[in-house]
Amino acid sequence: MNFISTHLLSTILFFPMLSAVVMMFLPKDENKLFRWFAFVASLVPFALTLVAWFQFKSSQPGFQFQETYVWYEAIGSSLHLGVDGLSLTMVLLTTFLTPLAILASFSISDRVKPYMMLFLFLETGMLGVFMALDLLIFFVFWEVGLVPMYFLINQWGSANKDYASLKFMIYTMGGSLGLLLAVQMLGVLFGTYDLVTLYERWNSLEPGAILLGMSVHTVKTIAFWAFVIAFAIKVPLWPFHTWLPDAHTEAPTAGSMLLAGVLLKLGAYGFLRLVLPLYPAEAKMFAGALALLATAAIVFGAFGSFGQTDFKRLVAYSSVNHMGFVVLGIAAAAYSIGTQDATIALNGAILQMFNHGLSAAGMFFLVGVIYERTHTRNLEEFGGLFPLVPVYGGILIFTSMASLGLPGLNGFVSEFLVVRGAFPVLTAYTAISMLGLLFTGAYILKGIKKVLHGPMNEHWAHGEHKLTEINFREIMVMVPLMALILWIGIYPAWILDVINKAVVMLF
Amino acid sequence: MNFPVLSVITFTPMVAALIILMLPAQRKNEARGVALAAATFALILSFWVYLTYDQAAAGYQFIEKYSWLPALGISLHFGVDGISAPLVLLTGVVMFTGVLISWGDDDKHVMAGIQDRPREFFAFLFLLAGGVFGVFVSLDLFMLFFFYEIAVFPMYLLIAIWGWIQTREYAAMKLTLYLFIGSVVSLVGVLAMYWLQYKNTGVLSFDMILMENAGFSQTFQNIWFLPVFLGFAVLGGIWPFHNWSPDGHVAAPTAVSMFHAGVLMKLGAFAALRVGIMLLPQGAHTWSWLIMLFAGIAVVYGAYIAFVQEDMKYMIGFSSVSHMGLVMLGMSTLNRNGIMGAGIQMFSHGVMTALFFAITGMIYDRSHTRQIPELGGMSKIMPFATIGFIIGGLVSMGMPFFSGFVAEFPIFMGVWEVQWLVAVIASISIVITAAYIMRNIRQVFFGAMPEKLEGHITDVTVLDKVAITTLCLFMIVIGLFPSFMVPLIETGVENVLRLLGGS
Amino acid sequence: MTTETLIWLIPLPPALAFFLIVLFTNKSKALSHTIAVGAALLSWLGSMIVFVRALGVEHLGEHPFESSINWLPTGDTWLKIGVLVDPLTAAVLFFVAWTVLMIFLYSVGYHNFGQPAGDHDHAGLPPHGATIEEHGHKHVVPSIEPMYSRFFAFIGLFAFGMFTLVVSDNLLTLFVGWEIMGLCSYLLIGFWYGKPSARNAAVKAFMTTRVGDVFMLLGIAYLYSATGTLSFREIFTEEVLHTLATIPSGVLGLSAAGLIGLLLFIGTVGKSAQFPLHVWLPDAMEGPTPVSAMIHAATMVSAGVYMVIRMFPIISLDEKTMAIVAFVGAFTALFAATIAVAQNDIKRVLAYSTISQLGFMIAALGIGAYVAAVFHLITHAFFKALLFLGSGSVIHGMEHGVLHTGNHKVDPQDMFNMGGLRKKMPITFWTFLIGGFALSGFPIITAGFWSKDEILADAFGHGHIFVFATLAIAAFMTAFYTMRQITLTFLGEPRTKEAEHAQETPWTMTTPLVILAFFAVTYGWVGIPEHFPLLGGLVPNWLHEFVGGTLAEHPEAVEFSPWPLITSFVVALGGLFAGWLVYRNINSPAEDKLQISFLKNKYYFDEIYDYIFVKPAIWVSEVLVSAWMDKGFIDGILHIFGPATGGLGSFIRNKFDLPVVNRFFGDGTADVTYWFGGKLRAVQTGRIQQYLMFALVVFIAVGAALYFFLLA
Repeated sequence: MNFISTHLLSTILFFPMLSAVVMMFLPKDENKLFRWFAFVASLVPFALTLVAWFQFKSSQPGFQFQETYVWYEAIGSSLHLGVDGLSLTMVLLTTFLTPLAILASFSISDRVKPYMMLFLFLETGMLGVFMALDLLIFFVFWEVGLVPMYFLINQWGSANKDYASLKFMIYTMGGSLGLLLAVQMLGVLFGTYDLVTLYERWNSLEPGAILLGMSVHTVKTIAFWAFVIAFAIKVPLWPFHTWLPDAHTEAPTAGSMLLAGVLLKLGAYGFLRLVLPLYPAEAKMFAGALALLATAAIVFGAFGSFGQTDFKRLVAYSSVNHMGFVVLGIAAAAYSIGTQDATIALNGAILQMFNHGLSAAGMFFLVGVIYERTHTRNLEEFGGLFPLVPVYGGILIFTSMASLGLPGLNGFVSEFLVVRGAFPVLTAYTAISMLGLLFTGAYILKGIKKVLHGPMNEHWAHGEHKLTEINFREIMVMVPLMALILWIGIYPAWILDVINKAVVMLF
Repeated sequence: MNFPVLSVITFTPMVAALIILMLPAQRKNEARGVALAAATFALILSFWVYLTYDQAAAGYQFIEKYSWLPALGISLHFGVDGISAPLVLLTGVVMFTGVLISWGDDDKHVMAGIQDRPREFFAFLFLLAGGVFGVFVSLDLFMLFFFYEIAVFPMYLLIAIWGWIQTREYAAMKLTLYLFIGSVVSLVGVLAMYWLQYKNTGVLSFDMILMENAGFSQTFQNIWFLPVFLGFAVLGGIWPFHNWSPDGHVAAPTAVSMFHAGVLMKLGAFAALRVGIMLLPQGAHTWSWLIMLFAGIAVVYGAYIAFVQEDMKYMIGFSSVSHMGLVMLGMSTLNRNGIMGAGIQMFSHGVMTALFFAITGMIYDRSHTRQIPELGGMSKIMPFATIGFIIGGLVSMGMPFFSGFVAEFPIFMGVWEVQWLVAVIASISIVITAAYIMRNIRQVFFGAMPEKLEGHITDVTVLDKVAITTLCLFMIVIGLFPSFMVPLIETGVENVLRLLGGS
Repeated sequence: MTTETLIWLIPLPPALAFFLIVLFTNKSKALSHTIAVGAALLSWLGSMIVFVRALGVEHLGEHPFESSINWLPTGDTWLKIGVLVDPLTAAVLFFVAWTVLMIFLYSVGYHNFGQPAGDHDHAGLPPHGATIEEHGHKHVVPSIEPMYSRFFAFIGLFAFGMFTLVVSDNLLTLFVGWEIMGLCSYLLIGFWYGKPSARNAAVKAFMTTRVGDVFMLLGIAYLYSATGTLSFREIFTEEVLHTLATIPSGVLGLSAAGLIGLLLFIGTVGKSAQFPLHVWLPDAMEGPTPVSAMIHAATMVSAGVYMVIRMFPIISLDEKTMAIVAFVGAFTALFAATIAVAQNDIKRVLAYSTISQLGFMIAALGIGAYVAAVFHLITHAFFKALLFLGSGSVIHGMEHGVLHTGNHKVDPQDMFNMGGLRKKMPITFWTFLIGGFALSGFPIITAGFWSKDEILADAFGHGHIFVFATLAIAAFMTAFYTMRQITLTFLGEPRTKEAEHAQETPWTMTTPLVILAFFAVTYGWVGIPEHFPLLGGLVPNWLHEFVGGTLAEHPEAVEFSPWPLITSFVVALGGLFAGWLVYRNINSPAEDKLQISFLKNKYYFDEIYDYIFVKPAIWVSEVLVSAWMDKGFIDGILHIFGPATGGLGSFIRNKFDLPVVNRFFGDGTADVTYWFGGKLRAVQTGRIQQYLMFALVVFIAVGAALYFFLLA
């Protein structure tokens, strides 16, 4: 136990990976065993995260549970882990969603072992990004996370998986090139990758000074955009979003759950952890541009979603729309950093990350549930299913409403905070984004209308196509999500307080 | 310690080669057995050298010196430093795995490994290996050269006899001529250095440690650096002298490709560093821009060409051009990060391409084609090889937690310190590499299997699996724990930097 | 239990009922409605206690019941939420509690509790009736709603929303209740989701109100960032209001207060179905007749008006905003009335009359008649609830007839199929009559008269002649179509067999009618102006005193003038009489002169909106964004990279690497290669010794070279 308490983060981080390695040596073709093994293995980090959550002192500044291990001394990079209120929230989200995703994939029967192993590797990859206090480590996990996801999409995806997975992989890698180069430059300039050090040294550079034959200002501007583009692709921000509908649509259900639930957050987290602290001046300067893209994401995301006939694509586009609010909040904060508006906007943005994690994961899972039964995602082929699957219908409506931002559920709180924070700073953009909020309603209702309401499509009513009700395991996946959605909606303070304190101390 | 480990390592293969030749031609398995035994022995020794190298003391260690032709100051002078030690290990690994995958069972419908005259094959392979070891451990310029030639010429026979019937003569001859011409050019330079040193110090000696402070004049270095460096670098596949390499790969039998890409190209790079940069540092300073230009071009150029290759071996061949370009790029920075990266990249790339060619060979033996579009569905039958290839792929696309990243990252950092523009351009290759590797994996291993291959494909043998595992282990261990190799290489780099008079 | 605690508890029972029913008791219909009605009863009880306690407090306006808790951390401050009961809340709470309770009770009967399950009823469709065997012969009786429990769950949640909205002390929780009701209206309008018309109506209602909501959200955000708080008590203070009034918003030359007011008001326009966002309310009648309709008409739409009344202190700060509010209200009042005249569906008439009446309130507010607005809000809630329930009772009776004859072509909601129902359903008739008269403002006795008269008086007294005139005309038409409705429905002789076989409805439905009728009459008497001839001062103008106390400075009543009084007499009685005169012996739509298609089709608003909003939106989403921008343009650019790389690659290989590099450095060798190759072919076929010979040759060559150099 003592070991755990001193190595809490590293245990959380590497436990899934190690269990995956152990899994490699389990006997062949024991699908049941693999599933439960993976499930339990993913529960351990969650339990430990809860420990961390309750031991965490939210009013204490700086990073906590810090650990440092030698990794790559020669270039001044070490495995430096630590969390603050911001990253802890994301860690909680990750370790919370992974078990659910694994539970959700119990229906997978094709090559269960590698599938589950990839999920565990994926979890480690994602957690690493959130825990890293070392720029290089951040980048390392950032890249590594791609691999399991690529293979999950490419191997267990649906019809168009090859295109989708390659697009996802190459696009993200290409986007990260700038990041890679910028990281290298920082490393060369300061001989260390330790974030805390970089924050100070990088910002204490003379704007006029000459760097690589250019003024520091120019260099910073270029580096800023290098970072921003890498993260913007991941978030994704308009117009870098087109990989997302494909990837989400083709990925296996649980894959989409984590993709939407956590992977998109990596981008937003990058903005908060790196862009704002490293480039306050540039961020302020280009806040308008960011806000423009964010607004575009909100509006076009909503329109795009409304325009889909494929249920899963519809949900996928909704992610573009929701993540747009995150970036809008960040942009507002960047512009008015230090003011109360900024704090509120950031609170909203971070909470929105968490909330979208819950609702998007839920939505994708529900799409998956119906897809497994009907083998179609085409909205036109559903209709009037409510009487056949009342429980499923109820759950779907509940989750949709969360994603629609219905007051009393989690989405509203965060979106309200973002709007409130952004309004005085970026009034015009906020006003325009309301159009997106309006169409959020439009596409959510379209989804419900096409699937549940209307004259019943007899095809699913009887015979071998008879639609079966959502089963116990699937309900068990949704229950924790719905509980949390409702809890945050009714009393957000328990999580928002942690976020808020972190924001106040960070920015 | 006075056990002459280096010379033992060097001569083990050669002795083994002789023994094998003694054996009667029919006793294939005995030949294989001896080969495996020798390879294992060499591997163990080189590993032992690698582990027992005293990083604190640094410098040249395990030194042995036997005078050989005192009149000309030629002596058998062995020793390893932080840069050559990993390469010795690399050679041991490639040799060991090379033997394993060319074992060849006599079960006829699988034409795995070498069925045809394994005796001679292993003999020549080991002669080559001995030469390679020799080059890496020699501290005497003449001996270095001597072993260099020994390492090069069996390639001709190996390719011309056991190679791919269609292009083997052309490829073999092309390769031989490139390398001979290259070596002759550098030979001239080397002799010039020998003479000048004699003039300056009055000592006739090929001893490199002496030459290091022979005090060559700036002008002399400026004149002779290029011939020496490029002459060796040809074997390192530097652009624009790279064309022999892909052709050679395609023609060569599997094990030879492994040696060729795995260690032979390192031979060129290593010699170029040892003789070119370390003995002519001022010249290096003068010409580094040109080397960097060539290397930079090679990196992107190779990647682009590899992207459009249909033949797996050509694809890997050109990716090697690209990756060896990174090695040269690292060296051309003449700074700590760059050279260190180059050192790691040499090892990483050696293991990686060895793995690639091994698996390509396994596939070719079974499907008799290397055309990517004609292949597919291998993952179902040879999952083990699939995983191996994927890991190799991740290494080659510089994915973190694999050795490729550990190697490429410092190289790029080094380039940043000198000329950031090159870093930016070279980085394009990373994405292109990712693209063609992923496409290849998807088609060959996960694509639909063509009818005509149905039923002809069998899983890889146990020996193959051992080979794959060995190679993968190194890539992963280095990726996860760079400190397994980096500090060692650093000690070597310090020495280079000392000679370069920088930092 | 302290009053504050009690107030916190008021909204909870219905919410609990919702969860209980959804999670556990949905299988048992009896249990479900017991829980729901019980919950409504508890909330009612709580409200009444609070109301009574509120009456007992001196200057409740200055010292209301309030309590709040931290909810959202915002930097170093917190956003508090809490409850507040001041006079306005108390008054509203009173009628909400009553109407809600009535709905719940009524629903039991309306959904045919105790009747057998339908023969082939189907969840998502209205019940079609069940055949039963009674001493020998079969006959069809109404069947119970298949989704009975679900209905009670929904209205439970709905009630929760309404109570939350009323008792909350800040705009945020008000908005929460607001949106929850939005959801419930969506669910209830689409309750019979099997009907395409129903599901479209549901979406339409939600989206139209959401248009208003997003503006409202902006308003809230603006208000919050301008004042740093959302709590009413903190906003409605001298200095805050002053700053709001003084800082310009930079939009249309409005002050900050003006813009905030306007944005919030747009929210109301959506929620209270004011022009131009009125289109959803009539379609909302798709919901289970008439309960959801009644919810939408009598309760939820009141929320919109309640909100503007709440924010009156801010809205009233800017003339421009007030002018807009007044205009929208007055215009809607008239505009909706004109449509109502031409409707034949008993519920649609009421729907439009609702829109029109809400217009009255809005207009009243726009001219600053605060108390009058509240007054009319309350009275209207009572009599309009009465009317809807009445119409529901009528329809229910008609359906009974339809089931009896089995002729399902007859629309039980079309007034032209009715007639003479007064004999068949006496209680329904009398209560409906009372409601109708109240709606028309039948002088003196009905509550509607007093509230409407006060609005007119205020309009006249403050010199808003235009508003006054418009409302007067609207009032006339109101009386007219109300009488038309009563005449067609209850008077004369039955026009169809179904009407003949109509039947009075069970007690669960009639009791609410009676209770509401009571309020529809008496509630007016609490607001009789002092200076009213004869009656003035007999009973104190309690309402004015009490509700007026909500505002910082107590609004003084307009001094009495005979003209508005005369006007309201004339329009009410005249309208009623005209209505009776015209329709007493009209028996079919054909004979109805006022069936102008222009009016029947509601000025074609649905069609227009379809063309300028709905269709373009779909086009933008499906074609412009999805197809052209994303798949076409952006992906188009991305897809260039693949081929581009390939092209560049093969170009380098075929145009440069092979011909240039290879030829230059390679083919010199290549030619030699073939020459050698020719020579060597002989060698290779030979035996090992020859290879060794070759090797030896090479060695000697090299050695010789070296030697030569050494001695040179």
